[in-house]
Amino acid sequence: MFLVGNGAGFSGDRVDAPIPVVRSLIRRGLPAALFFETLGERTVALAQLERRRDPELGYEPMLERLLEPILADCFHHGIPILGNFGAANPPAAARCIAALARRLGLPELRIATVTGDDVAGSIDLATLAIHEADSNLRADDAKLVAANAYIGAEPLVEALRGGAHVVVAGRTSDPALAIAPLIAHYGWAFDDWEKLAVGAAAGHLLECGSQVCGGVFWDPGRKDIPDPANIGFPIAEVGPDGSLTITKPEDTGGLVDLRTVKEQLLYELHDPAAYITPDVVLDITGCTLEQTGQDRVALLGLAGKPAPEMLKVTACFEGSWLGEGEVSVAGPNALARARATADVLLRRMEMRGLRVRSRVDLIGVASVHDSDDGALWRAYVGPEPEEIRIRLAVEGEHRDDCDQAAREVLALLCCGPAGTGGARWRVTPRILTRSYLVPRAMVPTTVTIRTAREMN
Amino acid sequence: MLEIKLYEIAHSRAGDKGNRSNLSLIPYDPAHYDLIGEQVTEARVLALFEHRGATSCKRYDLPLLHAFNFIVDDALEGGVNGSLNLDGHGKTASSRLLSLTVTVP
Repeated sequence: MFLVGNGAGFSGDRVDAPIPVVRSLIRRGLPAALFFETLGERTVALAQLERRRDPELGYEPMLERLLEPILADCFHHGIPILGNFGAANPPAAARCIAALARRLGLPELRIATVTGDDVAGSIDLATLAIHEADSNLRADDAKLVAANAYIGAEPLVEALRGGAHVVVAGRTSDPALAIAPLIAHYGWAFDDWEKLAVGAAAGHLLECGSQVCGGVFWDPGRKDIPDPANIGFPIAEVGPDGSLTITKPEDTGGLVDLRTVKEQLLYELHDPAAYITPDVVLDITGCTLEQTGQDRVALLGLAGKPAPEMLKVTACFEGSWLGEGEVSVAGPNALARARATADVLLRRMEMRGLRVRSRVDLIGVASVHDSDDGALWRAYVGPEPEEIRIRLAVEGEHRDDCDQAAREVLALLCCGPAGTGGARWRVTPRILTRSYLVPRAMVPTTVTIRTAREMN
Repeated sequence: MLEIKLYEIAHSRAGDKGNRSNLSLIPYDPAHYDLIGEQVTEARVLALFEHRGATSCKRYDLPLLHAFNFIVDDALEGGVNGSLNLDGHGKTASSRLLSLTVTVP
């Protein structure tokens, strides 16, 4: 049996989550690996902007905080750590880990740096056919921020076989972070599709951290879970024959049952017969689940098809600016004041000739389910909420226009209706993405392994 | 016959890929699988997101898992990169799906 634990499901996840996972892996005494998934589609672009600001930045900002409590334990118990926490700057992330290791008295920690996913300088995107794109992305004049290929398990396996204690990658497919330690441990062939399918399913179920253990699942009175302030992060048990069970550390909150596994199995899945990863195409149409114990769910009937010929490259471009502002109204006649304020804000955009696309939400009436034209809050009939937060959101090419639009919300503190308060406003840059399919040969990868001592 | 919200008999999780929303729909009791399959059609799910510009909906049935997967195109007003919605990923869309009503015996 081999255990794969997950320590993070996104950049921004609970930083203390890996501690009970590692404790559980050690207690069970089986061969194991731990992986961190911290790189969303746009995260790498935001990281690239950080790197431009400072060449030693551009990796996961919580990296040291995530690894510090567990690095020594993983090193001493032979639990390799893999992560795409290198983001836009894997070498700098490796240097950060090396410094941490030396500080913790682990100079012999071997750190592998995987590079090659960053193709911004090596592939001429203009020559490639576009796979998918944001509809508002202008084709020609967009400024490229980052272009990264979703690389598969192969270089990660090479790093593990080279004796790495920590494998630092940038853009990888999420499931590859789970597939790689399984291949390295069991020696599965890179075309053993049935086995790789099991690895891909394990990776897919674990890649969002707590989401398979009760995160974004719990619903008080309907779908209750124990101790939602302390949801355990998942552990996959994978047998040499390709058996797969999802579980979690015993001293944590949350739960693993048929409901949590089904929700996560289908999460961000398109065609259930073809979940495409660089290493295998996973087919879950024959999958069945079995609750084999408390917080233990086994998956049966997973199938695999050959890996795709091409790799996906996602390119991120500088987008427009987003301006946002919010104020609150409350108490008697709050609904009428909120509606009138919304119309006033839209009128102000016109009066000032701000070159922006606008939207107003009435938070507490309708917002996240609403459309840009406020179809739901405009049509709302029902009880008056005790409080309503009015939100203006604008998008435009010019930062100053978006800033001025957001400040119109601030101005409501004096010019708004009776009892207006709690203004907040901000302007942030946006990122647009476009993806391409490229032949694997165009994305060579490099693995460099050095000890923390050597990196001093 | 009784008209109830899907929320009473099923759960859901929403994800996104660009301007496309993916919503699972999972009955708590497998006995409700067929009833949901008959009543929660692609057209009804599309109608839930039409005010936001959704253009098409495809349902994948998973009879062994007793679950459905809905793919709604253009449901996110541009998606996380372009939307002005607070929830650019459309993660809260699962709750809208569960507001749909179904008739149960």
